[in-house]
Amino acid sequence: MAKNDLLGGSLWDAYSNKVTTLMNNPQHQGEITEEEASANGHKLIVADFGAESCGDAVRLYWEIDPATDKIVNSKFKSFGCGTAIASSDVMTELCIGKTVQEAVKITNIDVEMALRDDPDTPAVPPQKMHCSVMAYDVIKKAAGLYMGVDAESFEEEIIVCECARISLGTLQEVIRLNDLTTVEQITDYTKAGGFCKSCVKPGGHEDREYYLVDILEDTRKQMDQEKMAAAADAGVTGDFETMTLVQKIKAIDAVIDESVRQFLVMDGGNMEVIDIKDSDEYIDVYIRYLGACSSCSSSTTGTLYAIESTLKEKLSGKIRVLPI
Amino acid sequence: MQVYMDNNATTMVDPQVLEVMLPYFSEQYGNPNSLHKFGTASHPAISKAIDQVYTAINAADADDIIFTSCATESNNWVLKSIWVDKILNGDKNHIVTTEVEHPSVLSTCKFLEEQGVKVTYLPVNEQGIVEAHTVKSFITDKTALVSVMWANNETGMIFPIKEIGDICKEKGVLFHSDGVQAVGKIPVDLQAVHVDFVSMSAHKFHGPKGIGALYIKNSQELSPLLNGGEHMGGRRSGTLNVPYIVGMGKALELATENIEEKMAAIRAKRDRLEGALLEAIPETFTVGDRDNRTPNTILISIRGVEGEGMLWDLNNGEIGASTGSACASEDLEANTVMLAIGADNELAHTGIRLSLSRFTTDEEVDYVINHFKNAVTRLRAISSSYAKVKPTPGGEVQECELHHH
Repeated sequence: MAKNDLLGGSLWDAYSNKVTTLMNNPQHQGEITEEEASANGHKLIVADFGAESCGDAVRLYWEIDPATDKIVNSKFKSFGCGTAIASSDVMTELCIGKTVQEAVKITNIDVEMALRDDPDTPAVPPQKMHCSVMAYDVIKKAAGLYMGVDAESFEEEIIVCECARISLGTLQEVIRLNDLTTVEQITDYTKAGGFCKSCVKPGGHEDREYYLVDILEDTRKQMDQEKMAAAADAGVTGDFETMTLVQKIKAIDAVIDESVRQFLVMDGGNMEVIDIKDSDEYIDVYIRYLGACSSCSSSTTGTLYAIESTLKEKLSGKIRVLPI
Repeated sequence: MQVYMDNNATTMVDPQVLEVMLPYFSEQYGNPNSLHKFGTASHPAISKAIDQVYTAINAADADDIIFTSCATESNNWVLKSIWVDKILNGDKNHIVTTEVEHPSVLSTCKFLEEQGVKVTYLPVNEQGIVEAHTVKSFITDKTALVSVMWANNETGMIFPIKEIGDICKEKGVLFHSDGVQAVGKIPVDLQAVHVDFVSMSAHKFHGPKGIGALYIKNSQELSPLLNGGEHMGGRRSGTLNVPYIVGMGKALELATENIEEKMAAIRAKRDRLEGALLEAIPETFTVGDRDNRTPNTILISIRGVEGEGMLWDLNNGEIGASTGSACASEDLEANTVMLAIGADNELAHTGIRLSLSRFTTDEEVDYVINHFKNAVTRLRAISSSYAKVKPTPGGEVQECELHHH
């Protein structure tokens, strides 16, 4: 929570211009009839996906040339919000001219990317991403119908949230990429867990093999382990700034033991490291002088400069030593 | 033309209200708690506003009406004080409320549940109201408070407050009503019904935002929500918001004088709008009996047209309306009130609320009818859901039958 979050923005402001344009004027909405397809010697495929009970459903029409498996025409109908209409429209556009085998490779990410005004700005806010996922799923359904196979055969991954059709792999990736820490965030980013909620945790209206709470915990655990391993590697390679706190303390103590402490002890003094705090600009090392150093007039000038310079030289230029 | 049809969310400030508020921003800005003339100069205006509110809801001199910042504060105040006064240190542990209350009641109840309070959330019937006998059957000797809204914000349905009040009186249970959608819209006579606490908010009846009030029957005990000074008799601290208090008094006076006439005028426009939409658009439904609704409200469902898409098209036509359905509220749930009254899941995603005010004109109603029809035609042409159902030939009207679907 910060200044920019105090006033919630309008959901509609987060839509790209392409989304709003297609919401107002979808280019491919409509139907293709059996008669139209037959007249051209083509095959008609009609696939439904989604559920009105979730607020989103789409019907996809494909007119396919059986000689080439090419989708020569495609239209859609949609029960859903504006982004569902825009996603369905662009999904239909993406299908036209492709073979069924090519179309089945279109992902929800392709749909969302095609709706962007510029490649770096999402076309829709996170909670609207499920609309593009639905477009992706209806393609698989249509391809399955045409090829006479189950739509799930195109799905190599494990589906965790059936309502939003979100796979285990997608969930793990989204958690990692966006450093998500709560189930609510997962729902915001993927829509997983946002509908019937059975996949959130045990106790819903149907039992699931995977639950979001467990996936989040396991993925976070893996991320922590990987982080620790990376930090351990950093310790080995001497990359101070990516070390864990403990490694940093050990590294600082080692430098002090090797290059500083003996000079302090010679004058009847000593020092200890109290804490380390990281910020973008500095790595602050808090120390306390012991013995003669604690009352020495140069402990805040020459001695301090010597300690800081040594640590900077041997470990990191970001180090700043602060006596307390 | 721009048409505002979201008056259950908020209303424009009546120009007459603004006029009486203005001097208290600039000329008479003294703190009313100051001893000097700069402060006391505002006392007559505050006193008048207090009288206006007491008169408008027919409160007795022995009752308290405490100005708050909004009805959310008033609702929080009652519920949390009941927890402190009657539950935390007493032998009661139970609150009865409904599934369709405003979030300021429901969220506070959820919070209290986390503190160990037992809360019963009563369902509504197919008309969208909680019946008195249902309330009665859930009151136990552990019940500290019943909190039932006077009128629903989405459907406009008016709850049987008199009957519920009588039951609470008979059972010796405190009764709170969130009166936000009732006060200033329909007659509210607090001598004629038994209610211990009523929350209200000025911006729902053409007053300013940021000012509300809590009616407390017979000045009964209620721990303050805001501790501090001695404002409002020590019941609600915080420097008095003089211009807004003056505005609220005037707004409520204007809303309630000749209220029957005002209601009739709004109702006529509302009924014309509702009738025209139901007649012109097949497979369209409205919720609740018109005679038992606040006279300005329509909750209309359009088969095959998802709520946000409809709002989008209405907004493109410069019409402001609202929906409680999934996408527009950034929530995935269907309209909870519509589900509660038995609408099917698809219809519960199609609810559009149109709420008029006394400033709504006939031309605006005509404009909305026309634009609404066009939007439905466009969106149904796109709709996969509507493609699966056959429209009723000739546009047969079906009303108040959502529970059958």
